Amino acid sequence: MLRVDIQKQLGEFSLTASFTSEGRVTGLFGASGSGKTSLINTIAGLVRPDRGTIVIDGETVDDTAAGIHVPTWRRRIGYVFQDARLFPHLDIRQNLDYGRRMNGLTEDPAQHKRVVDLLDIGALLDRRPGKLSGGERQRVALGRALLSKPRLLLLDEPLGALDESRKLEILPYLVRLRDEAGVPMVYVSHDAAELRQLATQIVMLRRGQVTAFGGVKVLTAGG
Amino acid sequence: MFEISPTEWTAILLSLRVAVIATLVATPFGIALAWLLARRDFWGKSLVDAVVHLPLVLPPVVTGYLLLLTFGKRGLVGGWLADHLGIVFAFRWTGAALACGVMSFPLLVRPIRLSIEAVDRRLEQAAETLGAAPWRVFATVTLPLALPGVLAGMVLGFAKAIGEFGATITFVSNIPGETQTISSAIYSLIQTPDGDTAAARLVIISVVLAVGALVAAEVFARRATARLHGQ
Repeated sequence: MLRVDIQKQLGEFSLTASFTSEGRVTGLFGASGSGKTSLINTIAGLVRPDRGTIVIDGETVDDTAAGIHVPTWRRRIGYVFQDARLFPHLDIRQNLDYGRRMNGLTEDPAQHKRVVDLLDIGALLDRRPGKLSGGERQRVALGRALLSKPRLLLLDEPLGALDESRKLEILPYLVRLRDEAGVPMVYVSHDAAELRQLATQIVMLRRGQVTAFGGVKVLTAGG
Repeated sequence: MFEISPTEWTAILLSLRVAVIATLVATPFGIALAWLLARRDFWGKSLVDAVVHLPLVLPPVVTGYLLLLTFGKRGLVGGWLADHLGIVFAFRWTGAALACGVMSFPLLVRPIRLSIEAVDRRLEQAAETLGAAPWRVFATVTLPLALPGVLAGMVLGFAKAIGEFGATITFVSNIPGETQTISSAIYSLIQTPDGDTAAARLVIISVVLAVGALVAAEVFARRATARLHGQ
């Protein structure tokens, strides 16, 4: 479960968002400049709200009234950025293993195999990020986030940097992820078609305000 | 011409020891300071930055004299260190290492700072979202990615340290076998009537060491860069 009720002033731009989502995939939908990325970064702890609370999986990670702000690295979230942000000095295997090492988790070969198979990245393990295509990089970034065993997976336009054919290449993996990985996701996109395929709930944002919240149907209501 | 005398050997080995120790001791401080200057905003940052660069612009004899005042036997810090820890710098090879370390510090810090500034902060953010505490972000992402700069800084610092003359001779004098480095040996030799050939030998050796250091820096930097670009 994810509960968000925050306010944040970023220069001229003010972001106000309040919603509770039990859905497997919460889609944050809006045009560029609507505050989607600021909102997901606030959930990640990269941005500190001016006022309000954020509760992830029953744990209050932000509560300005109580002075609570759990730093990003202790939130046990996974984050897939638009630009995969793989570590260039590590090979794919080490990239995938990074979150497990940082969280002090014991090795879990079964989980590792499941994720590698799910994303079809077994052939890439000994390569360097510099040698991968954009689509491959994004799949590895997904795997890396999943293998840190997050309780919430945040995805900020993970297909945004890919061309149409690559998007179609990754989308099925995301659907499988939603149905098989069992990790709730927050999925940021400005592409209604993408969200119709993936999301179970939609938070619609416009100029920093939530204008609609509900099932995928709100996407057709015209916002 | 190519017979290196025992006195010259002593000076060469002493120079190497002084420069190696100076570089190795200065590097952790250099990395810490470079990180602070690159990644943190704090009160007095410009002042710290200026002080670090001071040895580069002050006359070396001034730096040497300030070291003597501070780290000499009756100096504020030197007296305390001698009384409490038994560490003496004045007229010892350790003092030469200190002088070389201070003089080469700006050259050491600068490339490290630049390379830390060049590390993509979005990668550090990604590490954070994967559960890495700030110091582990530094150890596993920032530092490895800044490695070419660290190596370049170390080699530059080493090259500067091995050739340092003014501050060293002011602070610890020119005692054969204790504080007489290659530079001060050359200085002594060209002041003696028949020291020309010996001086020439040491001059050639300094040139070889300096060029060697620059080539090494280049090689390190290339290897590290290739590694970082995911090749």
